[in-house]
Amino acid sequence: MTSMTKSMNASSTGSPNKKGADSKPDAEPQMVDSKEERESAAASVSLLDKLQLNIKKMTAPSAVQSGEYFGTPGAGDSRLIGVCSTLFFIALWAIATEGGFIKPIFLPSPLDVVQRLIDITVDGFAGATLVEHLNASLVRIFGAFILACLIGIPLGITIGCNRVFRGIFDPLIEFYRPLPPLAYLPLIIIWLGIDESSKVTLIFLAMLSPIVLSARAGVTSVRIEQIQVAYSMGATPWQVITQVIARGAMPDIMTGMRIAIGFGWTTLVAAEMVAAERGIGFMVLNASEFLVTDVVIAGIIVIGIIAYCFDLLMRYLEAKLIPWKGYN
Amino acid sequence: MNTLKVCEVSVVYPGSDGGESVTALSEVNLTMEQGDLVVALGASGCGKTTLLNLIAGFISPSKGYLTLGSSTVKGYPRVLCGKDIGDEVTGPDADRGVVFQKHALLPWLNVIENTEFGLKLQGVDKHTRRERAAEYLKLVGLEDFHQHKVYQLSGGMQQRVGIARALTNDPKMLLLDEPLGALDALTRESLQELLLDVWRKTNKMMFFITHSVDEALLLATRLVVMSPRPGRITHQFDLNFNQQFLDCRDARKVKSSPEFIAMREQVLAIIHGDELAVA
Repeated sequence: MTSMTKSMNASSTGSPNKKGADSKPDAEPQMVDSKEERESAAASVSLLDKLQLNIKKMTAPSAVQSGEYFGTPGAGDSRLIGVCSTLFFIALWAIATEGGFIKPIFLPSPLDVVQRLIDITVDGFAGATLVEHLNASLVRIFGAFILACLIGIPLGITIGCNRVFRGIFDPLIEFYRPLPPLAYLPLIIIWLGIDESSKVTLIFLAMLSPIVLSARAGVTSVRIEQIQVAYSMGATPWQVITQVIARGAMPDIMTGMRIAIGFGWTTLVAAEMVAAERGIGFMVLNASEFLVTDVVIAGIIVIGIIAYCFDLLMRYLEAKLIPWKGYN
Repeated sequence: MNTLKVCEVSVVYPGSDGGESVTALSEVNLTMEQGDLVVALGASGCGKTTLLNLIAGFISPSKGYLTLGSSTVKGYPRVLCGKDIGDEVTGPDADRGVVFQKHALLPWLNVIENTEFGLKLQGVDKHTRRERAAEYLKLVGLEDFHQHKVYQLSGGMQQRVGIARALTNDPKMLLLDEPLGALDALTRESLQELLLDVWRKTNKMMFFITHSVDEALLLATRLVVMSPRPGRITHQFDLNFNQQFLDCRDARKVKSSPEFIAMREQVLAIIHGDELAVA
């Protein structure tokens, strides 16, 4: 009995030792592997390895910089990566087109597009130069934007502050807001004809609802204490609306304005479908009818760059005008 | 002239969705004269803030009435007051300045613009209102911070701007809803002393709400102890610890005196008795 237990003990203690011995040879080849890798890396640093190393460096988690907090998801600068990825896609585009994998009628090469961009800037396309097209579109968009701000911001604040106005305008705005502009475009043409006013009206309507809704949301985001303190300093309701609520709603209104400009660009092409003679949207539509793909792409790129620049401008204005955003 | 009277005031909030209505305040009586510093103390839900809202004119009493001087205080919008109803009814107005627990400063204005905001609303010219605002900013020790952005100040400084802003308007009374509640202990003590100095210099009526028994005893000329469910005033004490402090300028000495400790025990016994009754 005692010998049996002894032997059992021996066998039971023996097995982990065995396992340990088994695992050792497993580990050794790994070490050799990594050594070989290191040797080969030192011997011949290929371009691919260098690239890999740089990508690793760029995407590696970096130490917390002063002014940052540890643990913030996605912290750090992404601009360099952004530039790299943009260049990568352009390179992919160039390889696919210059290599003859895709026909120019479907996707012209980047160089062709740049050449076409220069051509339409100098010589023009569809009866006007690029600058003239752009000018016509910008006038429409910013005309509609200014109009939408002038009407939308006071309207939104009034809707937020006044029960009667809310009752009157809420159903109207909530009804037309989800409608696609293309759906009511025919109606606007019937009412206003096919000249500038119908184009501006279409863009204006697309921009109005985000501005009104954001201004209204801004009113409710003003803290009740700020309003009560103003009343306790002798403010009239009008003063409370103009000097406390309208100012306090600014962060939300700015967000609404940014969204509205985005809506404006998406509606632009629809607006310029109607008997336009100039406009960047018209230019793209016209080019697509004649399968001039490089003009289509050039137009799209110009629209994208201008819209992005405007968003940068809005972000800059936001930082200047409402530096207190988030501290309220 | 500057007497505040709260007479048999009850406030009943209607229950939402057919629930039972809540009596926030039940038959409260209170009288305040010029120079009184009344501190309301009590557990959460005893109606302290409701009482302050009544005095400020943010809500109307369900029963009873409040008068300040010769006018009745109700939760009336200002457009209605003076014209249609007459001068004898007043809503929230410049004669009662308010300071909340979380500062209600306007972040788009800097320190001095915030401080002069009330005078600007009343159409006082820029030179005069700047002068007055600077005077009160000096009183609260912020004379070097005129151009600072309010959202970059510390919590204690923000509350000091709030107090200076309320004072710049030269109100008859100051309503303070736990103004020091969100501050750290050291800042809190220094602001208690500042408030007492301001009170002595300006001789304003002050109505001060707090959860802290020590703070209440040190500040009050009259301590009002309130009980919940329904909110009501159960005890009132006339105190003079603030005078003792202003004479010796040593808060710790006042707070460690036998009378202070005995008073604190008495008040704590009342408040804990409430909590036991509720539990």
